[in-house]
Amino acid sequence: MNILLYDHTFEGFLTAVFEAYEFKLKQVKIVKEALQTEQLFAQTRKVFTQAPKAERVYQKLKSLIGDLGLHRMLYTFLSEDEDLETHLWAVVQYALNNPKRNIIQDFSHPSVLKLSQYAQMVHREKHRMEAFVRFRLTLDNIYYAEIEPDFNVLPVIAKHFKDRYQDQKWMIFDQKRTYGIYYDLHKVELVEMKFANHLNKQEGLEMLVKDEKLYQHLWQTYFKKTTIQARKNSRLHIQHVPKRYWKYLTEKFPV
Amino acid sequence: MNFDRITEKLEILADAAKYDVSCSSSGAKRNNQNKGLGNSTGMGICHSYTEDGRCVSLLKILLTNHCIYDCAYCVTRKSNDIKRAAFTVQEVVDLTINFYRRNYIEGLFLSSGIFKDADFTMERLVLVAKKLRLEENFNGYIHLKSIPGASDELMKEAGLYADRLSINLELPTEKGLKLLAPDKNREDMIKPMNYVKNEIIVFKEEKKLFRNTPKFAPAGQSTQLIIGATQENDLEIIQTADSFYKNYQLKRVYYSGYVPIADDARLPSLQSKVPMVRENRLYQADWLMRFYGFKADEILDPNLPFLDLDVDPKLSWALRNQHVFPIDIQKADFEMILRVPGIGVKSAWKIIEARRFSHLNETHLKKLGVALNRAKYFISYGLHFGNLKFLNNSNLKQFILGNTKSKYQDQYNAQLALF
Repeated sequence: MNILLYDHTFEGFLTAVFEAYEFKLKQVKIVKEALQTEQLFAQTRKVFTQAPKAERVYQKLKSLIGDLGLHRMLYTFLSEDEDLETHLWAVVQYALNNPKRNIIQDFSHPSVLKLSQYAQMVHREKHRMEAFVRFRLTLDNIYYAEIEPDFNVLPVIAKHFKDRYQDQKWMIFDQKRTYGIYYDLHKVELVEMKFANHLNKQEGLEMLVKDEKLYQHLWQTYFKKTTIQARKNSRLHIQHVPKRYWKYLTEKFPV
Repeated sequence: MNFDRITEKLEILADAAKYDVSCSSSGAKRNNQNKGLGNSTGMGICHSYTEDGRCVSLLKILLTNHCIYDCAYCVTRKSNDIKRAAFTVQEVVDLTINFYRRNYIEGLFLSSGIFKDADFTMERLVLVAKKLRLEENFNGYIHLKSIPGASDELMKEAGLYADRLSINLELPTEKGLKLLAPDKNREDMIKPMNYVKNEIIVFKEEKKLFRNTPKFAPAGQSTQLIIGATQENDLEIIQTADSFYKNYQLKRVYYSGYVPIADDARLPSLQSKVPMVRENRLYQADWLMRFYGFKADEILDPNLPFLDLDVDPKLSWALRNQHVFPIDIQKADFEMILRVPGIGVKSAWKIIEARRFSHLNETHLKKLGVALNRAKYFISYGLHFGNLKFLNNSNLKQFILGNTKSKYQDQYNAQLALF
């Protein structure tokens, strides 16, 4: 068996695909570098990400499985599932072995089906995050939000927020993956920081503008008042707003 | 801003607005241009859900709960002894903008009690929308209530700034309206609705000629009916809904189970329960009319004018029309497949697609998302099939119910026990 180690990036994965074909490797397994385990009868090689190689694989795949196919591959990648490389690799091979037809809707192939399921999962989380992000206005005039999404959705929600909030600086920080996206009125950038947890604790509150607490209070008031007590249905409520998200939802903060 | 005062107003005016069901924020596209605020893609987002499980997408408030009318079913009726409050136009604008910037909401749903007269009230609602659009460059969603009796000029302006306009018929029949809201008449409600309908048609025509014709209420109109406050039967309710869908091209009719709020001999007692199951069945009937090609008089016949509470209206129709089944899933028309209980619009399309490639069987249908526990009694696969022997059985309903369990069971059992 040939194990290809890559650097956890999508480009890295595509480079690994390129090299698997370049060196005509048999029985390939593509693995994230950090998850490497010593294997007795396996050849291990490290893949160095190269943009030109990744680009060629990307274009080839685009011609075979189209934008929809690439979209599913990217979303699969963002799911961070531990088996995702196996399924991606299987689909890539299946596509290359069937150049005459687009296999991306062929759900009788287990990995093709799996990819669409990954994509659906990540899409749902993306939509949730577009709903559940709650900004707080900090003293340096940045609308700041923290999230802990199940999947790595920051790269795919950036456009939504950029289109919507064009005249305010904002930042969304992923606490789980300790990186964020920041919009400076012109473009969105990835930022990595170690300041983490700050705003979440009580002592962080002095970083917020004076009115912020009051608007949060207004929102909590609204949320409480818009509920019709005679129709209360906690089960349905929790089904729509699962408890794991409450930590960052202003309306769910303990008063 | 004086936050204590605003908080108090918000408490009063959000509380009074909560009985309006509509919270949709979809159907209107507004692109953010020139670094403005907000962007609507036409897809709604539910930012949160209340503890009763309803979506919170818009800031839903009244401009004021002062009202000159005395409608028995309404909390803000004139004779009700409650705290009154009123927002200023600027306060509503500030609240909307600040909530929107924090990603709490998709936009504003502004309604109002009627103070002075219809036009005076409507003018203020329009002013809020105008300020948001022109001064704040706001591209979020705006839903305005049309005030019964408002003039055409104001409705025209409202349509230019709002995404959706709605006017609540409140009671399904004119008789009911006379009984509970003697100051109102249906004519006044229909007039603005009709005007907006015509303007939307005009807009669509002009749009074909000039690309940048200003938008007019792009998310259309909706209305709301109160269920269970008066004695209407379900047939009357869905006939009303049906006629408004047809004549006024409404996007939605919302049904709101009456929540007892007043001790009034004309109304159900304060102890009565909210008719949630009935409301649910009416929504199902509404969907059958809009997406499944059912006609109002097919769903219910005049001799049995109430929807079954223990089975959904589609299954109920199938049970009454057992002679049209079984349906051969391999050959039947799309319209007939849609009528099989347990098959939705999506799975019906998938069946049409999939049957071109292979002869479908039970396993296939399961994978396509069909609810076989109901569907299996009504379809054949071109061959003899076991479950069909029950189809001619007069106890089919009991049979199907015996194999399923509804989360509402306790509720309709209690209601059925009355009979």
